[in-house]
Amino acid sequence: MEAKKEYLLQIADNALILSHRLSEYCSRAPFLEEDLANTNVALDLIGIAESALGEAANLEGKGRSGDDLAYRRPENEFKNVLLVEQPNTDFAYIMVRQFFTDAFHVAFFTELTKSKDEFLSALAYKSIKEVTYHLKRSSEWMIRLGDGTELANHKTQDAIDHLWKYSHEFFNATEADQEMIKLGFGPDLKSLESAWKLKVNEIFFMAKLKIPENNYQLAGGKNGVHSEYLGHMLTEMQYLPSKYPDAVW
Amino acid sequence: METKDNQGQLWEVFIQTKAGQPFKHAGSVHAYDKEMAIENARDVYTRRGEGTGLWVVPSSEIVAITINEAEYFFESADVKIYRHPTFYNVPEGVTNM
Repeated sequence: MEAKKEYLLQIADNALILSHRLSEYCSRAPFLEEDLANTNVALDLIGIAESALGEAANLEGKGRSGDDLAYRRPENEFKNVLLVEQPNTDFAYIMVRQFFTDAFHVAFFTELTKSKDEFLSALAYKSIKEVTYHLKRSSEWMIRLGDGTELANHKTQDAIDHLWKYSHEFFNATEADQEMIKLGFGPDLKSLESAWKLKVNEIFFMAKLKIPENNYQLAGGKNGVHSEYLGHMLTEMQYLPSKYPDAVW
Repeated sequence: METKDNQGQLWEVFIQTKAGQPFKHAGSVHAYDKEMAIENARDVYTRRGEGTGLWVVPSSEIVAITINEAEYFFESADVKIYRHPTFYNVPEGVTNM
């Protein structure tokens, strides 16, 4: 079933690409505890990606594995939103990117538990605990930074102003999204968008942060049209399988 | 509150491995506030399912006796052997003493 496979790739690629970005930050966090915490989030996300990619590979039925989909797929076949591939500019960018994604993941997986598809509903039940914790952590960081020192507020607002244009792509319906909604397999994106906005407003209010006035939005990732950053990232991420195609553990 | 290296305050971490068991000291973490302290403790000490309960306490709030004070604090009990319940026989069949 093509639409379900595409849908699984959207879920998996958001998790996989964000996980890889977080793993790039491993050993570079301001201190040990934060380093471990971020890497834990990366590991949770890779678990979600592995599960969804494995199922996508099964559905495809061409003998490819989840690993093949992660490490041998070209850039234009990745279906993640542009937001998650944006670079680790600084700690504020990392946290704002995380907060926007976590807020989406919580809204999405909460609704996906009601999916009529057994696999998707099971994936949602398994993931919801993890992403709920992620959102708690990133929300608190938004408040800590936004309501912290003047410099911290300034840097976080700067990250928001920059990343806002990538924040709504989650809610752009692709053909796969529409098909899954029609079948009762996937949640309606409009209701997810209002849940997401509610969360963002709540946290920004407490954090003394502002939603940018300019609401211009960029999109493309969900259809495989990516920003300049994904290609570079994949070159590194897929280096080993492309250089040594026969390498095994 | 912040130390010079900007890692925040030090907190002591206590983990309960099973319901009903006592909380045991596991180590310490750095954090700026309560939420961050308990989350850091979770991420550093319970990521392999070690805990069912978790406490964090600011290290500065722990009241402690140092090794230097131990002599007058503890050793006077050493000579009071009559405080140990060793002067009577435990009846046969009693196992939990």
